[in-house]
Amino acid sequence: MFDTAAMLKAFAKYRGDAIVVSGRGGKHWIDISDTATDLPLGDPAMGGHCGFAFGLAMALPQRKVVLFDSEGDLQMSLGVLLPVAEQKPANFYHFMLDNECYATTGGQPVPNAKNVKYDQMALAAGYPRAFAFDDLGALTKALPDILENKGPVFVAMKVKPEIENEAIGNRRRWRTRSQPQVVRDLKKALQIA
Amino acid sequence: MNDTVTGNTTHLSPETVLNQMKKHGVTHVVWLPDSETNWLYLLMKAEPSLTLVAVPREGLAMSIASGLHAGGKKPLVLIQNTGLMESGDSIRGWLMGMEVPVVIMVGLRGWTRHGVTTDTAAVYTERFLNAFNINYYLVESDADSSRIEIAFKEAETNKRPVAVLVGDEYHGFVSK
Repeated sequence: MFDTAAMLKAFAKYRGDAIVVSGRGGKHWIDISDTATDLPLGDPAMGGHCGFAFGLAMALPQRKVVLFDSEGDLQMSLGVLLPVAEQKPANFYHFMLDNECYATTGGQPVPNAKNVKYDQMALAAGYPRAFAFDDLGALTKALPDILENKGPVFVAMKVKPEIENEAIGNRRRWRTRSQPQVVRDLKKALQIA
Repeated sequence: MNDTVTGNTTHLSPETVLNQMKKHGVTHVVWLPDSETNWLYLLMKAEPSLTLVAVPREGLAMSIASGLHAGGKKPLVLIQNTGLMESGDSIRGWLMGMEVPVVIMVGLRGWTRHGVTTDTAAVYTERFLNAFNINYYLVESDADSSRIEIAFKEAETNKRPVAVLVGDEYHGFVSK
């Protein structure tokens, strides 16, 4: 397992002009980059990050879209792997943080937490490429190949849980823009209607 | 305003629905088939301006539509009322919370205008929409197609999802 923040710093070097849907990595990514092509949405509704980023990738085929999903979200919407695999957006890079638990609710394990091979599930669903990493060095070495080649690609990453037990109202409010504002900023930057 | 294909008041033609999609610039139909949509599916599949995105569970359609909208496309969600109710939190978070102006066309399974509605899928559909404060328009025939038009415009004006309840099966093509 490795640190999410360290992984995001490693990824940032290879980001290029990709749109980043920071998902569950949002509270760390916002300290690295918070431009109009960064989409810190927080958690509009659990389980939907992949669907959103997939839709965005279909809408903007000339632009790479990188998602930092989580295993809790994906478990909630495993079926989303199928339309992604069917549509095969070549610009979609689906990274998934796997901390084996629901960290924001106190660290309870997700179902079958330690035994799920998400990369194999993605391949079985029809993703043409999938990887799994539990070592940051190995991931960092592979990032250029992952990002330079066509998607859709799925990258499962074992990350250390950052368990929160504070009452929701006492937690750090890391988002600086509302969700609709994030989308408006993106559209303005890309000059799309 | 009425751009119906047949102008009939007895049933809804798939051509009428497709014409409304084209008229309002729909680019993607995110959908899960139901027992009543095959005629429409055949037309949509043959329409080059549309991309069909099939989902295995209706809630997924909402986040996908939200992403398409963020990228400047115009999605339409096509599902059955059973799936609408399954999608509650995704509608709340990915459509309403994100201010997505999208039309959700909902097959109104179990709807009976004159009889007693016993199918709970139909019984709870309007109650569900009311609970979420989602406006809706009932369409039962080609003569109602202007209501689809209203739904598109209202969604854009209010930056919210608007439902079109399809209270009829999509019958065979006009030419058949």
